[in-house]
Amino acid sequence: MALTTYVEAVRQGIWEEMERDPDVFLIGEDLGVYGGAFKVTLGMLERFGERRVIDTPISESAIVGAAIGASFMGLRPVAEMQFADFISCAFDQIVNFAAKCRYRWNAPAPIVVRAPSGGGIHGGPFHSQNPEAWFCHTPGLKVIAPATAYDAKGLIKSAIRDNDPVIFFEHKALYRRVKEDLPEQEYTVPIGKARVFREGRDLTVVTYGAMVYAAEEAANELAREGISMEIVDLRTLLPIDEETILASVRKTSKAILLHEATLTGGIGGELAARIAEKAFEHLDGPVLRIAAPDCPVPYSPPLEDAFLPNARKVIEKARWLYHY
Amino acid sequence: MAAVKPMGFSAGLSFSEALDSEAGLARQALYYMQLMREVEERIERKLYRQGKIVGGVYVGRGQEAICVGAGLAAEPDDMLFPCHRDLALYFIRGVHPRQVFAQYMGRVGGLTRGKDGNMHMGDLRLRIVAIISAMAASVPVAAGAAMAQKYKGSRDVTMVFFGDGATSRGDWHEGINLASVQKAPLVLVCNNNHYAYSTPLDKQMACENVADRAPGYGIAAEIVDGNDVFAVHQAARRAVRHAREGRGPYLIECKTFRMTGHSAHDPGDYVPKHLWEEWAQKDPIDRVRRRMIEEGWAVESELDAISAGIRRDVDAAIEWAEASPFPDPSELLEHVYDPAPRSI
Repeated sequence: MALTTYVEAVRQGIWEEMERDPDVFLIGEDLGVYGGAFKVTLGMLERFGERRVIDTPISESAIVGAAIGASFMGLRPVAEMQFADFISCAFDQIVNFAAKCRYRWNAPAPIVVRAPSGGGIHGGPFHSQNPEAWFCHTPGLKVIAPATAYDAKGLIKSAIRDNDPVIFFEHKALYRRVKEDLPEQEYTVPIGKARVFREGRDLTVVTYGAMVYAAEEAANELAREGISMEIVDLRTLLPIDEETILASVRKTSKAILLHEATLTGGIGGELAARIAEKAFEHLDGPVLRIAAPDCPVPYSPPLEDAFLPNARKVIEKARWLYHY
Repeated sequence: MAAVKPMGFSAGLSFSEALDSEAGLARQALYYMQLMREVEERIERKLYRQGKIVGGVYVGRGQEAICVGAGLAAEPDDMLFPCHRDLALYFIRGVHPRQVFAQYMGRVGGLTRGKDGNMHMGDLRLRIVAIISAMAASVPVAAGAAMAQKYKGSRDVTMVFFGDGATSRGDWHEGINLASVQKAPLVLVCNNNHYAYSTPLDKQMACENVADRAPGYGIAAEIVDGNDVFAVHQAARRAVRHAREGRGPYLIECKTFRMTGHSAHDPGDYVPKHLWEEWAQKDPIDRVRRRMIEEGWAVESELDAISAGIRRDVDAAIEWAEASPFPDPSELLEHVYDPAPRSI
C-alpha cells in the first residue's frame, strides 16, 4: 500500500469534509490555482470551484474576520494562514472576536484557522515560529498540533466539524518527512485527547508536533542503555488532556516537558505546574523542561541547530533525570 | 419596499402607513428616534448617575437619524452590524427596551445575561451581530457575512455601521477591499461625527471625507446629511438596492455630530462651544417633528401623546430591568465552549 505523507493527510481530510458538507469552504492566500504555499489545497479549485476555494488579498485579519462572519451564517470556513508567523496579523479577530463571541452573546464561530508552523527549514525569524502558547492563553479557542499523518487527517476533520474556533498548527518540517499507512475507511480523531505515542516505565516525555520524533529518537537511544522512556503526544494543546498526562507521570514518576516553542511562557510551564499540583506525591525527581531558548528563530544553520531542541538534548536531560 | 415589520412597544401603537410615503417614514422614524433618545437619556443622565449602570455608557445623541434611516431600509433577513451609537437598530429588530436597560445594569434580562455590557450585544436570530471594543473589527466580519449571503445564493445584504475613527484601522481597509474584490453585498454606513473620543477629524485623516477613500477600493459611495432621516433613508435604499443587485459594496458617509462626550464619564470639554450650539440647531428629532407638523402629517397633540407613551413604556422597562436578577456566579464558566460538541 502507498504511504501517505502528513501534507497529503491534511489535504485528504479537508477534501473529504468538502465532499461531505457543502457548507465547508476554503479562504486564504494563493489557495486556488497555486494550490497553497505548501500544496495542501492542490486540485481543490478544479474539484470545488471558485465559490468554495476563495483566494483573498494579502489580508490575514480580513481572512479570519470573513471566516467568522461566514460562520455566523451557518457556513464552515477553513482559513489558511500561509505561515503561522503571519497569524499575528489576525490576532485581534482570533482572540477578541472568534474566541469570545459564544461566551459574550451565545454566537458560536465554528471556524478553523490552519497555520503551518515550526522550524528546521532555515526559514528564519518569520517563517519558523511556533506561536501556539499565545492561543493556549485564550479561553474559547481550541488549539491542535498533530504529529502523525493519521492524527493530521483525523483531527482536521474533527476541527472542521467542531462548533468552536480551532487553531490548527501543521508542522512544516513534517509535511513531507512523515509517511504512514492510513486506513481506507473514513475516521476522525477526537479533539482534546492526548495519546501515549510510545510506552515506557522509567520517565515520561510530554510533547507534540515535530518534537515527538526528537523524543522518539532519544527513546531509541536510551533504550540501548536500558532506560525506558514513555512519550505522550498531546495532539490537542487546548483544552489540555490532563488525565493522560497525569496517568503517565504517576506511572513513571519522572516528567520532562518538551516543545520547540521558546521556554518562557511556553506550554511546558503550565504542564509542569499541573503536574506539581496534582501528582507531586508521585514524583521521584524535578519536573524538567526542554524548549528552544528565549530568542527569535535564527536563519543560519549552525544558529538554528543550536536553537532547536533535538534528540541529543533530550537524551542528556533524560539520563540526568533517570539517575536522579 | 422596505418591509421591516414595525415593532411598536407602546400599547396600541401601530404603523399603518408604508415606508414608501414620506409621511409613513416620518412616523416610524420619529418613533424609533425618540425611543432611542429617551432610553439613552435615562441610561446616561439618570441610571448612570445613580450608580445603577455598572460599566461604561456610550450613546448616539444627535445621531439617531443614521441608524433609524438606514435600519428602516433593511429587510428583516438582512444582517445588521451596529456600532455603539446605533441603539435603535435593536428596537427595529424587536429587542425590547427593558432588555437594553438590563444589559447596561448587568442583569440576566440583558441580551448577554451579564456576560458583556452596554452596546456589546447581538442576537443571531434577529440577524444582529455584536461589536467588539476594537472599532472596525466588525467590517471584515460583515464582509464575511455578505460573502456567505452570496455563497448561499440569497438576495440578502449585510449592513455594517461604524464611526469616522474606525476608518483609521487596518481592519476597515482590509474588510472593504476583500468585500469589493468579492463583490459582496455589503452596505457600509459611516457616522462621521467629527470626533473619535477626543481626537478631531483633522488628526484622524488627511482627506476631507471618509467617502473619498471609496474610489481607492472601487466601491460606490455617497455623502448625506446624517441629521436628515429622509436623506439617510433614501441613500440607504439606494445602497441596499445596489448591493442586492450584485454590484458590490456601497459606502454611505453620514455627516453628523456627537452631541455628548465619548462616553458618560467624558464631559467632552475639548469640543468648541460653538459646535455644540451649531449642531443643536440641526437636531434630527426636532427636524422630523417640525416637518410632520408643517406638512400636516400630524398635529402637535398627537405627537405629544406618542412621546408621553414612550416615556411611560421606558418607565416600565426600567422597572422590569431593576427587578431582573444579577447572574449567579455559577454561570461564570458557561458558554466558553459548546457544551455538547457534535458527536463525530
